[in-house]
Amino acid sequence: MADSITLRVSRYRPESETQPTVQEYEVPLRKEWAVLDGLNYIKDHLDGTLSYRWSCRMGICGSCGMTVNGEPKLTCGTFLVDYAEGPVRVEPLHNFPVIRDLVVEIGDFMRKLPTVSPWLVAAEEPPPDGEYLQSPDQMDAYKQYSMCINCMLCYSACPVYGLDPDFLGPAAIALAQRYNLDSRDHGAHQRMDVLASAEGIWACTFVGECSTACPKDVDPAGAIQRYKLTAAMNSLKAFLLPRAAR
Amino acid sequence: MSEGVRYQEYHPRWYRPRISTFWWLHRRSYLVFVVRELSSVFVAWFVAFLLLLANAVAQGDAEYRRFLDWSASPWVIVLNVVALAFVVFHTITWLNLAPRAMVVRLRGKQVPPVLVAALNYVAWAVLSALVVWLTLG
Repeated sequence: MADSITLRVSRYRPESETQPTVQEYEVPLRKEWAVLDGLNYIKDHLDGTLSYRWSCRMGICGSCGMTVNGEPKLTCGTFLVDYAEGPVRVEPLHNFPVIRDLVVEIGDFMRKLPTVSPWLVAAEEPPPDGEYLQSPDQMDAYKQYSMCINCMLCYSACPVYGLDPDFLGPAAIALAQRYNLDSRDHGAHQRMDVLASAEGIWACTFVGECSTACPKDVDPAGAIQRYKLTAAMNSLKAFLLPRAAR
Repeated sequence: MSEGVRYQEYHPRWYRPRISTFWWLHRRSYLVFVVRELSSVFVAWFVAFLLLLANAVAQGDAEYRRFLDWSASPWVIVLNVVALAFVVFHTITWLNLAPRAMVVRLRGKQVPPVLVAALNYVAWAVLSALVVWLTLG
């Protein structure tokens, strides 16, 4: 195994450049080093001006998503040895505006997220004195969708979001489903108007790349298709039984 | 987010990459997706072909013969063979995706996705066999 590997890192310095350029760095190639360790080595030893986001280094904070050799990846869980002999291309996440180097602007996602009410909506009657009880089967119904870490790799992988930035997007819809399928939640009706809109589930054409990219196996594509079925059944029920309460 | 903070819709210093018209050629999965979408055109063609056949049958024997002759012309055969390939591709990809949309729970437990897909394939085989039996039987 070679003892070093080349990282071809996308740089964008808005104060002096109008578009990104590529800069090459030689970093040590160690078995236990992830791409993020390579970037940290650059920052600490080679070039302190490189900007990127990271925090936990253990695939839970969702900060270090970047495009590695064309694929959206969490750089803390993507190992340099898997790309030996290199070079490894490191670019910012696709489908987002680039603020600087590898840092993207995520305000669009942050604005969309609360529109799906991603919290438990209580029933009208007051909550019980104790805790809400839930069986393992009831928890199993939504647990997969609760694993989302908001890393936005799914938005980066989604060509629909790239072409139509108004699309609500995979993670927001999967998170809405996480609450819709929770036995303690009563907010499915209030989420429906946002989810079943043209910019919601119906914009999705089921490319399926969001689920491929997801580092937590959330399967947002599956969540969206399931909700399409739910929304279609609701429309059918409303058509057949117009006087039934929503 | 505090009330005072507002993001600008357009920020001159952010770099906004343009998406190439040929984005769907950049990745195999994108290409498969576009081919799957394109296959809908051939599904529509088979519907049109079936309607033309039904119309010819309704018009009587002579019209039906004329339709059969037209169907036997080389370009219609080539078109139908290509359409069949696309429709089979459409069906297989559709049935493979079915368990993602249909999550069936029985007595609180999820029915395995493989079983949901398998039942779809069985239904496809049974219906196809029924059509063959009706046509040739």
